[in-house]
Amino acid sequence: MNGYAVSTENLGLSYGRTPALTDITVNLAADRIHGLLGRNGAGKTTLMSVLASLRRATRGTVRIDGQDPFENQSVMENVCLIRESGDLLVDERLKTNLTFLEGARPHFDRPYAESLMEAFRLNPRKKPQALSRGQASAFGAIVGLATRAPLTMFDEVHLGMDAPSRQRFYNELLTDFAERPRTIVLSSHLISEVEHMLETVTILHEGRLLLSGEADDLHARGATLTGPAATVDQHASGLQVVGTRNLGPTRQVTVFGDLDEQALEAAEHDGLQVGAVPLQDLFIHLTEPQPEEQAS
Amino acid sequence: MFDGREPIYHQIAEAIRGEVLSGALEEEDQVMSTTQYATTYRINPATAAKAFAQLVDEGVLYKRRGVGMFVAPGAADRLRAERRKAFFTERLDPVIREARLLGLSTEDLTDYLTTHAGSVPAATDTSEEGR
Repeated sequence: MNGYAVSTENLGLSYGRTPALTDITVNLAADRIHGLLGRNGAGKTTLMSVLASLRRATRGTVRIDGQDPFENQSVMENVCLIRESGDLLVDERLKTNLTFLEGARPHFDRPYAESLMEAFRLNPRKKPQALSRGQASAFGAIVGLATRAPLTMFDEVHLGMDAPSRQRFYNELLTDFAERPRTIVLSSHLISEVEHMLETVTILHEGRLLLSGEADDLHARGATLTGPAATVDQHASGLQVVGTRNLGPTRQVTVFGDLDEQALEAAEHDGLQVGAVPLQDLFIHLTEPQPEEQAS
Repeated sequence: MFDGREPIYHQIAEAIRGEVLSGALEEEDQVMSTTQYATTYRINPATAAKAFAQLVDEGVLYKRRGVGMFVAPGAADRLRAERRKAFFTERLDPVIREARLLGLSTEDLTDYLTTHAGSVPAATDTSEEGR
């Protein structure tokens, strides 16, 4: 099994006259873990619904494994979108749901699903409506893992889970992904928890693409400069400042862009602290309506 | 873990180099698999694989097909030799510069070295690199 590559070109989708996605062009390579980030309403779920052929794009093109996925059964049966709602047969026991998935999904691994059910302590005789929010999330995660689809998308599935369950999910995902590489798209609000699992990061903002690229590059493009305000300003001039915090005479700015490593070394030499910017901070700064003037 | 601006795979490679230098990892010891690294530090397996590839290039690790990654014979000596070359320019020069700023003379420094160097305990982990 090989993972599916995903690409969109000038993708647009409107709900009536309201644009939900505008001009989205992304390339997600096969067999990697991609992060899809955005504030509420940014268009993440809509984009994933289009990739899963639950909705049809109003404009532009979608290619999954080189094909248009819409109403294309051979592609669609190998694309799995796990939403928080679960998409289950709600009147059937969990084990019946597994049987159904076994028939519908070419790569579904039932013994793996059952072992995960045990690990997450889910009773296969229960029906979906009898599950707590955390259990329902866990079952969604299990379905997503055991489907082993060449393109698997998790849309905030782990939101309902408690911290130990989320850790178990991350561990299972990384272990199974290492053994059976496939294309994973992970959307999450808990950015700091998944940050280092992501190989690429795509950020949507108000229905548009804010950025899409390698996580390592993104990491290298952000820095914090901390020190006396005047020295910080001197070194930050000419750089794109996306956030500023003042603590008495000390100032910390977050800069983002093509940073000159020698200039950063010079800043350090002048006594400034040069630090990394966690993805979550960068995300908040970049999607802030007015990034400047954040005195605190 | 992983709070520096360096790419994470650099930080992992540096941590392994540190363990080899300190003897925590000895020659022919097996290092954790990419999957173990991935789940332990919750990072992408490809990131761990990149760190391993870099260390294989440097001759610190070598791969036994189907078994895993092992510390190469002579890895610690090789790392030590490389770091010796860089020690004076990269580590000591900044100290000397700082000493000048503080008005300390070369004599003050040599005095300190002769009286104190013998009593500084050996490092057990040299992986501390973050800035």
